[in-house]
Amino acid sequence: MQQLVLAPFTIIGRLVIGVCAIVGALSLFVGRTLFACLTPRWHGGQIARQVVSIGFLSLPVVGLTAVFTGAALALNIYTGGGRFNAEQIVPQIVALGITRELAPVLVALMLSGRVATTIAAEIGAMRATEQIDAMRTLSTDPFRFLVAPRVLAGVATLPLLTGVADILGIGGGWLVSTLSLGFNPEAYARSTVAFLEAWDIQSGLIKAAAFGFIVTAMGAFHGYRATGGARGVGHAATQAMVWSGVLIFATDYLMTSWFTQT
Amino acid sequence: MSAGAPELEWRGVRKILGGRPVLDGLDLSLDAGRSLVIIGGSGQGKSVALKLALGLMRPDAGTVLFKGQSLPGLFNRRQSDLYRQSGVLFQGAALFDSLRVWEVVSFRLLYADNRPPALARDAAIEALAQVQLGPEVADLFPSELSGGMQKRVGLARAIVGAPRILFFDEPTTGLDPVTAASISRLIADQVMRLGCTAVTITHDLVSARTIADDIALLDGGRIAWQGGRADLDMTKDPRVRSMVEASMPTR
Ligand SMILES: Nc1ncnc2c1ncn2[C@@H]1O[C@H](COP(=O)(O)OP(=O)(O)OP(=O)(O)O)[C@@H](O)[C@H]1O
Ligand SMILES: [Mg+2]
Repeated sequence: MQQLVLAPFTIIGRLVIGVCAIVGALSLFVGRTLFACLTPRWHGGQIARQVVSIGFLSLPVVGLTAVFTGAALALNIYTGGGRFNAEQIVPQIVALGITRELAPVLVALMLSGRVATTIAAEIGAMRATEQIDAMRTLSTDPFRFLVAPRVLAGVATLPLLTGVADILGIGGGWLVSTLSLGFNPEAYARSTVAFLEAWDIQSGLIKAAAFGFIVTAMGAFHGYRATGGARGVGHAATQAMVWSGVLIFATDYLMTSWFTQT
Repeated sequence: MSAGAPELEWRGVRKILGGRPVLDGLDLSLDAGRSLVIIGGSGQGKSVALKLALGLMRPDAGTVLFKGQSLPGLFNRRQSDLYRQSGVLFQGAALFDSLRVWEVVSFRLLYADNRPPALARDAAIEALAQVQLGPEVADLFPSELSGGMQKRVGLARAIVGAPRILFFDEPTTGLDPVTAASISRLIADQVMRLGCTAVTITHDLVSARTIADDIALLDGGRIAWQGGRADLDMTKDPRVRSMVEASMPTR
């Protein structure tokens, strides 16, 4: 009887302790990561390697995503606008939607699939085979050698990838609008340029930098905590993808509400 | 630093893993310039004892002392002192699989000591020669090597840069007898000629006789027997006897 009454408290208590433990571990991890990112020494070769693998090799995925999203967005806005005779608004809304919201979020989501999982698996496998322990005994801080290069590369390249997605996404909208919706190519381009403000693009790029941190840090965090061999590594990769996705949406909402207030 | 303190000491160390005590009251110490060999059955906690000594795991009770002072934390000065002076061979070799063999071997020189790559490469090739590996393996990746070769690359990484304290977890496992004998001589040489302090875990009693000044048997989470190299054949301790006899050729 007494146990039955206490059961909910036990469960809630365990949950609270579990959440506190994760939040504590995450804060410690983020603190050590920031310290390693912001103070010397930096491993330049490792950073360059990660810029190529996170940034350059993501270009095809990012490009295709952006073109198709821009094209689909244009079609939807055309039908939506048609309901109150405002089809002409397509170029403006496509440009705004892509630069402020869709390019940064979609690029980050694609990278949480491509990059966060890779980072979690790489670091997780190194943990499982004692390579991280070995690195420490060789007087090299794994945060500086493994984590910081990935995080720095993510924060630097996500805005660049988002810039590419801005151009290709608007290009996709332009393509479908001129080819099948009967827009004049030049007029479409001119109204896009006239409409866009610098802040539309800048706010998207700032978001992208934050997402770059989330994607890479989540990958590294879950990889670093991996236990139990190949199964643990697989679990770490899944967790990295799920949690970076959730955090991207939450951060996107917070940053958007902050940006639209000011 | 207290004078005359042992180089390394486990004092009343207890470690619980997977819900059961793996080590329980481990007391063991090692003076500078000595070579200690730890023997014991599989799963008795030898590798765990080594990781505790390196501060890669924390004891649940007791302490590990390095030059008479305990190794507590993550960002501890004493711990980085220990790492700066030590070379470690892990049981599973733990080679960095994204780097080439020469970069793995000279990792410390390249990334902790900032040596120029050409110099580090020469040092790596020299260390590889000491473990009977030719310069042709230098540009391979660790995954392209056999198990025994990986082990020897791990050894080369442990001895590069003239460390003062050596930790070897099963250095001769998986090697042919000739190579194993030369590796044992190499370790003995490091201790005798260069004056290093060494802790070696091994199942190979032939190698233990070459390497050891002192031998300790780890059983039931603590040191069950300890003695000099010569005592190995004299002792009446049944656990040691059974290990010695099992390693003898049967007629
Ligand atoms: N990370 C860990 N988590 C849980 N249990 C562990 C862990 N590491 C070791 N153990 C347990 O501790 C015990 C001792 O392991 P250890 O690796 O030290 O054995 P060992 O003496 O080195 O054996 P071997 O000669 O086979 O290498 C084993 O029973 C193992 O199951
Ligand atoms: Mg072992």
